Amino acid sequence: MSGPNTSFDPKQVAVLSAEAITAMVATARAAVVAAADLAQLKEVRLAHLGDRSPLALANRDIGALPPAAKAEVGKRVGEARAAVKAALDSRQIELEQARDEFVLAEECVDVTLPAARSPLGARHPLTTVMERICDIFVAMGYDIAEGPEVEAEWVNFDALNVPPDHPARTMQDTFYVTSSESGVVLRTQTSPIQIRAMLDRQLPIYVVAPGRVYRTDELDATHTPVFHQVEGLAVDEGLTMGDLKGTLDHFAQEMFGPGIVTRLRPSYFPFTEPSAELDVQCFVCLGVSVDNPDVPCRTCGSEGWIEWGGCGMVNPRVLQAVGIDSSKYRGFAFGMGIERTLMFRNGVTDMRDMVEGDVRFSLAFGLES
Amino acid sequence: MRAPVSWLRELVEIPADQTGRDIAARLIRAGLEVETVETIGGGVTGALFVGRVVEIEELSEFKKSIRWCQVDVGAAGGGIRGIICGARNFVVDDIVVVALPGTVLPGGFKIVSRETYGHISDGMICSERELALSEEHDGIMVLPAGTPGADAGPIIGVGEEVLDISVTPDRGYALSLRGIARELAISYGAPFQDPGLTVADLRAPATNASPAQCGSEDFEACALFTLRTIVGFDPKAASPQWMKQRLTAGGMRPVSLAVDVTNYVMLELGQPLHAFDLDKLNGPVRAGWAESGSTLETLDHVTRNLTPDDLVILDDDGIIGLAGTMGGLDGEIDADTTNIAIEAAHFAPSVVARMGRRHQLSSEASRRFERGVDRTLAPYASARAAALLIEYGGGQYVGMTAVEAPHEPSVIKMPVSEPGAVAGLRIDAHVVVELLVAVGCEVLSSDDQLEVVAPPWRSDLTDPADLVEEVVRLVGYDLLPSTLPVSVAGHGLSKSQRLKRRIGMTLAARGSVEVLTYPFVSADELADLQLPLTDIRRSKVRLANPLSDQQPYLRASLLPGLLSAARRNLGRGMSGVHVFELGSVFQGENTGLAPRPSVLIRPRDDEWAALNELLPSQPAHLGVVLAGEREEAGWWGPAQPYGWQDAIQTALLIADVIGAVIRIEQGIDPVFHPGRCAEIKCAGVSIGAAGELHPRVIQAWALPARSSALELDLDQLIASAPDVRAAPAVSAHPVAKEDLAVVVADSVTVAAVTQALRAGAGELLESIRLFDLYRGPQVPAGHCSMAFALRFRAPDRTLSADETAAARQGAINRAAADCGAAIRGA
Ligand SMILES: [Zn+2]
Repeated sequence: MSGPNTSFDPKQVAVLSAEAITAMVATARAAVVAAADLAQLKEVRLAHLGDRSPLALANRDIGALPPAAKAEVGKRVGEARAAVKAALDSRQIELEQARDEFVLAEECVDVTLPAARSPLGARHPLTTVMERICDIFVAMGYDIAEGPEVEAEWVNFDALNVPPDHPARTMQDTFYVTSSESGVVLRTQTSPIQIRAMLDRQLPIYVVAPGRVYRTDELDATHTPVFHQVEGLAVDEGLTMGDLKGTLDHFAQEMFGPGIVTRLRPSYFPFTEPSAELDVQCFVCLGVSVDNPDVPCRTCGSEGWIEWGGCGMVNPRVLQAVGIDSSKYRGFAFGMGIERTLMFRNGVTDMRDMVEGDVRFSLAFGLES
Repeated sequence: MRAPVSWLRELVEIPADQTGRDIAARLIRAGLEVETVETIGGGVTGALFVGRVVEIEELSEFKKSIRWCQVDVGAAGGGIRGIICGARNFVVDDIVVVALPGTVLPGGFKIVSRETYGHISDGMICSERELALSEEHDGIMVLPAGTPGADAGPIIGVGEEVLDISVTPDRGYALSLRGIARELAISYGAPFQDPGLTVADLRAPATNASPAQCGSEDFEACALFTLRTIVGFDPKAASPQWMKQRLTAGGMRPVSLAVDVTNYVMLELGQPLHAFDLDKLNGPVRAGWAESGSTLETLDHVTRNLTPDDLVILDDDGIIGLAGTMGGLDGEIDADTTNIAIEAAHFAPSVVARMGRRHQLSSEASRRFERGVDRTLAPYASARAAALLIEYGGGQYVGMTAVEAPHEPSVIKMPVSEPGAVAGLRIDAHVVVELLVAVGCEVLSSDDQLEVVAPPWRSDLTDPADLVEEVVRLVGYDLLPSTLPVSVAGHGLSKSQRLKRRIGMTLAARGSVEVLTYPFVSADELADLQLPLTDIRRSKVRLANPLSDQQPYLRASLLPGLLSAARRNLGRGMSGVHVFELGSVFQGENTGLAPRPSVLIRPRDDEWAALNELLPSQPAHLGVVLAGEREEAGWWGPAQPYGWQDAIQTALLIADVIGAVIRIEQGIDPVFHPGRCAEIKCAGVSIGAAGELHPRVIQAWALPARSSALELDLDQLIASAPDVRAAPAVSAHPVAKEDLAVVVADSVTVAAVTQALRAGAGELLESIRLFDLYRGPQVPAGHCSMAFALRFRAPDRTLSADETAAARQGAINRAAADCGAAIRGA
């Protein structure tokens, strides 16, 4: 290293002339432009701005100049270095961009390749329909009640006002557990949950009860020995059959769309009195297909109404069996088959699709139905 | 119950413009379920003519005998026509039914004039089956009389509409034309002459003979028994055409005059009748209980073993019938019967129902008695039958004997406001009374409190609620308002309901598909699961009447159903299945008889508890089966099979999503691979197992190798889930990471080492994760190296190097002490 003013070599000083500096910058610029990639540019940077670059050497020599020249030459060299650096930086950005574009282009993929290595599974549509129904009633303040599938005959029949020798209680319909005298059956309906709800809960009672039920029917396109029902029960002071109708109308609208209404037809169930069959207005044709052969409706068979379930006012004898004062409380109850609901609501044509466990059936529904 | 409209019109004045469908709509509104409205011969288009056979030429040159007939179909039908006919049951001058060219018969069969058997056949002589009137095809129809050229349709009942009504168990009265006609009379406001209260005109007995005697040994079971005697009946007499037509339309087969009359009166009035050959009887005919060990061959040629619970009809020679259900072969009328005794009785519904169930026997009679027959109807019905028998079969009326228990109709009290209050509808008091009177009730007091006596044909009307239904249904359900109860404060979903939904959603989102399998299992399936007899999953709950004798058990495990579902899906071409089921299993046993408390009061707590005690335990389980390819081969690489780790991961996942904590331990379970089975513990209790299925189980269900499964008790898992989860302390101070590797014997599990390291590291340890597992030359034989990544962090400060090192050493020391772990590279 040379210290200031220790020696002065005119030859070297010539290097600091304006012409020489300008030439250095021009050489450097040419080299920058010539750099084809970032590696070359790095070398160019080293050669023209590095410690051993002509400009660095020139800068070092400034110290040897007489004080009068120092300022001017110093300024000249500084400007030259800044110019070279600007050229380098600018080229650096250019080359980086070029590199990035190249790499990203290289990394291009076919985004339409199948992405789901493990596709979505599904819940069974019977489950999701039941949940949907329960949610509608939960929104009306109902709780969801449950009960056992292997049930005491007393709960499944006796307490529901189906006496032992009643035609509704024949060996052909009911699965008996252990023996036909055991008093234990596979529940034939969700109605025993009504009895459990009334024995276990405080009044007033508003419950909806989904569940699996059993009848001794062979499996075919429209029957299955194992199926599902949803039951509703309300026991309160002053309930009327109009309240039942209004509740069912609301339910039908939530399930099938605004404006859909229900129709009650007199019928018979031992545990309700009065009893009614429950029909829902056809939500596909809205009844337009009736007597109108030009626009037949498959959903309702051009009847305008679809049979959906049964309902009625809780028979006071049932209230008596669970110790509820029927002079003070009245109840209404309703029930419907879930398989049947799914069949007409979602267009399932064969009962077997719902029970065989073929995943393709459920997968078509995904997480909802 | 099939009701021909013309028959109904005979009983009640229905406006002439009302079609069968109009009438059906009225009945449906009143609560009778009309399933179909059929038109008899509805498939016939074009005219049917009455014809007289003028000449028959037998054509014998063909394989079967053929007749070339000349038939006079009158001027309207074009005079005499030549018709080829294959039937042989007619002679010259017989009156027949002729379809002429242009007429279309049921099934789209169009009659044309065509050459056949060497003649031009210019029409067709019809049989009942060809007109779809019945299945009768033994020959063509021969009418008793008729004018050639007349329209044959009305004569043979073509065009008659028939309502097919599905009668609910409470409406026994609707199993008769009488009962249906009454509903129509109310609906149309038309006058109704009750045929059940009309006494038939029977001439005074002309002989000195005395009528056959009768009796009832138990007035509880048989409250009324009547027997009418007729002698000198012509056994050759035929039933009139109109009666046969009505019986056929009503769904019954005409047999003989005596049988047809009893059936006809049963259809008309609803009272089952039975006709005996008087000459085959010996002594009084009576109802009584069968002796144990006695037998009876019933009309259907089945020999019935009887018990003292069977109410039978007997005479001095023995049993001649099952009361109200079916007659026996002895005592039956036959082609030579001239002296007849007609039984008309009233049997208790429960007695007949029990017998029908015991003998698996249902008849037209038993269906009516089970649902309740008019208690007072028997003498009217048997008089009607006797009058018809005498009118069409000659004979003389001898008289009737009867025994009857005293009968007190009960009084039902009901506030007159009750129907309106229940309906939520204003119903005036006078309307209530009028409607009750219309259904046949006697209304004794018309104050605010009504005292009502139900008519004898309405045994279903016993309670005020029954009367409410009568009034409200007749006012019309379509007039009910649509109101909502005042909304109540509900609780929303229970914890269990909420968490089950979440588990279902999670599994489905992870690619699993929910199935709902039948819970019926076979002994073979239980054996295939390799379950020892003491295993709780060995089903003990057995059905008395299974659909298939092969599968009499109820599942105690979800696996048989799931494995079969997996096999079915793989068999249908899936490369892999991941199915789950969330459902009840049935464990324990049902022994002893369930109590049957009174239904007149709430069961006592101990009765209710005893009743529930008797039911098997029915916990909710979660079952998962994973078989075949988890990931199909694809652009990303080769296929990946499901394995034991997927089953265990699923168990951990569902515990996680509900916030429950489970422990995985090396397990032994006969269903699973002995070395690849995890026992799942929750709060120290075993709640299930997961892992690779035992190769023999896999083989039994023909599943792919390495198929895996999981089953656990969801009730217990959910019970352990927290109701409220505590918030964590999230520290913003820097983490200190330490890796360490320990060498342990192969018998030591990762869980054991992890637990020891965690315990030794103390509170500063934030997380611990196994990141490498090594067996090989660099560790001693029978040992393996486990490498863990530990993260330390304090809630309130940056950890010093010393603190971290101390915690790390604590972990190492504890692993050494608990698991014999040696720090690797130390
Ligand atoms: Zn429709």
